[in-house]
Amino acid sequence: MTETLLLWIEWFPDLVGGLVISLQVTALGLIFGMPGGLALSIGARSRSKSVRWLTIAVTEIARGTPVLILLQLVYYGLPSIHLTFSSFVSACIALAICTAGYTSEIFRSGLEGVHHGQREAASSLGLTGYDKYRYVILPQAMRISTPPLLGFSILMLQASSLAFTIALPEITSQAYNIGSNTFRYTSALLLAGILFIAICGPATIGIGVLERKLDLHSRKTS
Amino acid sequence: MIIELLFLIAKGIWMTAVVTALSLVFGIVGGGALCMMKTSQSRVLPAIATSCILIFRSVPPVLLLLFIFFGVKIGAFRFDPLSAAVVGLGLITAANMAETYRGALLSIHAGQWDAANALGISRVYRFTDIIGPQLLRVSMPGMATYAIVLLKESSLASTIGVQEIAFHASLVSKQTYLALETYLIAGLFYILMSIAIAWIARAAEVKMSRRVAR
Repeated sequence: MTETLLLWIEWFPDLVGGLVISLQVTALGLIFGMPGGLALSIGARSRSKSVRWLTIAVTEIARGTPVLILLQLVYYGLPSIHLTFSSFVSACIALAICTAGYTSEIFRSGLEGVHHGQREAASSLGLTGYDKYRYVILPQAMRISTPPLLGFSILMLQASSLAFTIALPEITSQAYNIGSNTFRYTSALLLAGILFIAICGPATIGIGVLERKLDLHSRKTS
Repeated sequence: MIIELLFLIAKGIWMTAVVTALSLVFGIVGGGALCMMKTSQSRVLPAIATSCILIFRSVPPVLLLLFIFFGVKIGAFRFDPLSAAVVGLGLITAANMAETYRGALLSIHAGQWDAANALGISRVYRFTDIIGPQLLRVSMPGMATYAIVLLKESSLASTIGVQEIAFHASLVSKQTYLALETYLIAGLFYILMSIAIAWIARAAEVKMSRRVAR
């Protein structure tokens, strides 16, 4: 037991270094993916049939393909059309595509949750399309969408560990490498797991609390 | 060439289906057990169930699979790739299904329990004949959604050497240097399979709700 603890102290810097990369990849994937998701969710409500079909097709492809396949498609597949990315950039791109697909559904349910009267009221006040979204619809939709978006962010942090298949030195690959160098897979992977639980566990609980709070708030005002 | 690739990657479809189906069954049963523990009257069991659910939802699936495959040694016993994948994905599914069941339990009218008690039905039959079937019907959509998530997560089994679609795709892309085409085809297979699951689930839902009086 003490032996394991000493090893953990020795490995800790490597794993935390990996964790920082995981967090960076996740954050960049979310930052680039969410606007895409919002655009897709607005596109899915468009009046033009072709825009609607296009956004639905893009969403379904982004959601229907496993992240692992997306990662390998970007990292191993795109070089054949002369787009070569580092494993870090590939991971960001793949996570961003996945984020766009999934968050578009979250944003869509948020947009649908806004009462129809709000749209009509905004129109009757003469707000233009952009102002209607910016000042009336989106602020309300965001309140509905925030808890699921945060929950999704946790899932993305977990998904970022798949980047170990494209040799990104994030936390899972650090733990795996320590395991294969020392043959102590059990303790190395266990430490990585504990670090994940230390981040995702409190975050999950916090999101649950936030969800109840936001829900209470909307009930009070309506 | 594309046709050849299609056939080479299609070899993995069966394994993907097996991993998905077995993990789903594991998760449906295990989720039931977790849900029972969580709603039990005991003081310890709910706490254990809650922490299990939190742990299995916090650890990335791929990390759990690696841990079970490389890290779990009980005497001379080691998991082979398929069972490690099924156990790992099954545990995560169980944690998520437990939450689905709990939501479904809330939607069952309290009168159902009262009525069962009033008729003097034993606890076991109350569950198997009255609450269980309703619970199953209410949690069907949640299960179907999760089955599709699971289908995609089954691709992680390739990292520990289960020969499913992602495994064959990676093999083929290294042999043929046609990585782009290979992974596009693999993605297409996953999309088609998830459409198939959605379709089966829809049919099952229709069939189940047909027998319900309104």
